Amino acid sequence: MIKQMDASQLRSRMNRRVRANTVWKTIFLLATLFGLFVLAILIIRVVSQGASWIDMDFLTGRLSTDAERAGIMGALLGTVWVMFVVIPVTLIIGVGTAIYLELYAKKGKFQSFIETNISNLAGVPSIVYGLLGLTVFVRLADLGNVVLAGGLTLALLVLPILIVSAQEAIRAVPAHLSEASYGMGATKWQTIRRVVLPAALPSILTGSILALSRAIGETAPLTVLGIPALLIPFPEGLFDTFTALPMQIYYWTLDSSLVAEYANLAAATIIVLLVLLFVLNSVAIFIRNKFQQRY
Amino acid sequence: MYALILCWVQMLEGVTGEMQKNSEVRHGESLNVSEMIAQNKNKKSISNLVEKLIPTFLFLLALITVLTTLGILYTLLSQAIEFFKQVPIWEFFTGTVLKPLSQNPEFGILPLISGTLISTFIAMLVAGPIGLMSAVYLSEYASDNVRRVLKPMLEILAGIPTIVYGFFAFTFVTPLIREIWPDVGATNILSPGLVMGVMIIPMIASLSEDAMTSVPNAMREGSLAMGATKLETTFKVVIPAAFSGIIASFVLGISRAIGETMIVTIASGSSKNFTFDITQSMQTMTAYIVEVSGGEAPAGSTIYYSLYAVALTLFVFTLIMNLLARYVSRKFREEY
Repeated sequence: MIKQMDASQLRSRMNRRVRANTVWKTIFLLATLFGLFVLAILIIRVVSQGASWIDMDFLTGRLSTDAERAGIMGALLGTVWVMFVVIPVTLIIGVGTAIYLELYAKKGKFQSFIETNISNLAGVPSIVYGLLGLTVFVRLADLGNVVLAGGLTLALLVLPILIVSAQEAIRAVPAHLSEASYGMGATKWQTIRRVVLPAALPSILTGSILALSRAIGETAPLTVLGIPALLIPFPEGLFDTFTALPMQIYYWTLDSSLVAEYANLAAATIIVLLVLLFVLNSVAIFIRNKFQQRY
Repeated sequence: MYALILCWVQMLEGVTGEMQKNSEVRHGESLNVSEMIAQNKNKKSISNLVEKLIPTFLFLLALITVLTTLGILYTLLSQAIEFFKQVPIWEFFTGTVLKPLSQNPEFGILPLISGTLISTFIAMLVAGPIGLMSAVYLSEYASDNVRRVLKPMLEILAGIPTIVYGFFAFTFVTPLIREIWPDVGATNILSPGLVMGVMIIPMIASLSEDAMTSVPNAMREGSLAMGATKLETTFKVVIPAAFSGIIASFVLGISRAIGETMIVTIASGSSKNFTFDITQSMQTMTAYIVEVSGGEAPAGSTIYYSLYAVALTLFVFTLIMNLLARYVSRKFREEY
């Protein structure tokens, strides 16, 4: 039996449903814009607070308790030194692991065990890596809180990110390229070194830059390692104590309740850190767009 | 090696006269070929060696990730066991008083767990609905052009270092909240919770969007053809079909919030009171680790070992969440 419906009743019901759709569409859009809105406030706030504090003296100066004279050269150098440790360590271990998992490992229990392990490692809080670094690198290997210890800790932290992106990069190299290489009589390693890796290189580099930018923004593991922000000499090698940009921001933010200007210094340092990250990410995007070939 | 062979050939050619050139060259060539075969054999055995060594070498590199896991487990377990020798495990997990620095130190982890769960709850109150709604907009409503602009911008949020969010919470959000609600303390759990929520939005949005995009269009079209509006299609077809992925994204967001350190360390202070008052300072597990390890806890003291017991608890919390997320997205995934 078909229920009789009044045409006007039907129309008003229909209108209500369509209106609900429009209203919710706006709400969904506003929700999406909310995140961007907060991002905009954050950036405007930081820039308005810190931009006027950035000059050559600030960038090249030494740390000082006097807010007017304080500079971040030590922190900048520390971050650069840490990058020098993180880049080679993550690239060698990360790409090596990715090659092994994608091209050598037999599909089976062991391979899926390693992959599960990697995805679990990616979910471990960064502060736990800090404790690992404190126990193994700082105490057990007796390095102290030096560049090498900090760099290795951060390298282990971002390794899962790099491995996963390198795996994707290698998987994206089409099989006919390596088959052509095998057809020409090349061995497996020759094929990997001369065909697969060059083809995957742009994606691998993009992934490694993104992993690197994650590493230089990390603060929590460094606080656990006991990285100071005191008047220490500029780091000149892997075995020097150091401080880094995020640590500098951390201490200045904490002390801003004592000295109000420190908040401005923290904001200025944040601008430097964000610009650094922005440059790194732009390079990554540039490499991806410029060198990535579509097969 | 090639240069050597070439020299050898030229020497031979030099010794033989012009007259006998033809025969001598042939002789030289035959020598050359046998030399080359020997050379090639040599090279082959080297490259064979390389072929055999490379997989082993790469295997060892792959083992480093396993070693990292073992290192984390060993570090946390061995030191936490030392702690539980000094403080009974039962007291640790049921104690509501945390006074590590007093004359008669007490180690109850419940204040830290409540701080962690409350900040996580506040964060998810922000990130859950907004992240999900963003995902719906991006996957169901936005045109390709709009999505191509909005999505990378949203991902910038995820790329901002947490210390920057900490600064933002402490110097901007907290004063703002205090303007509206003067009872709120200079350090409180509310402000870092909210900022943490904003930080997690892109994670939930992007993972949920992936889940929704992988719902086949045929299902949407079926629903639309029956006369349903886009909204009805989204809530009655797309979200149910993508439910496992959405839940997984929420669980990962929770895990991220539990492990988040710098925002709560800076903006929530270090009060170890066992309270549920969100206007007051509370310490999370992560913030406790920062405070104690950054302070003067001498290696070997009870307070130093407590660091590892707290970290072990934190590790287990996040591990369970991550395993749960994987289980949910595997077990309840609908195959189309």
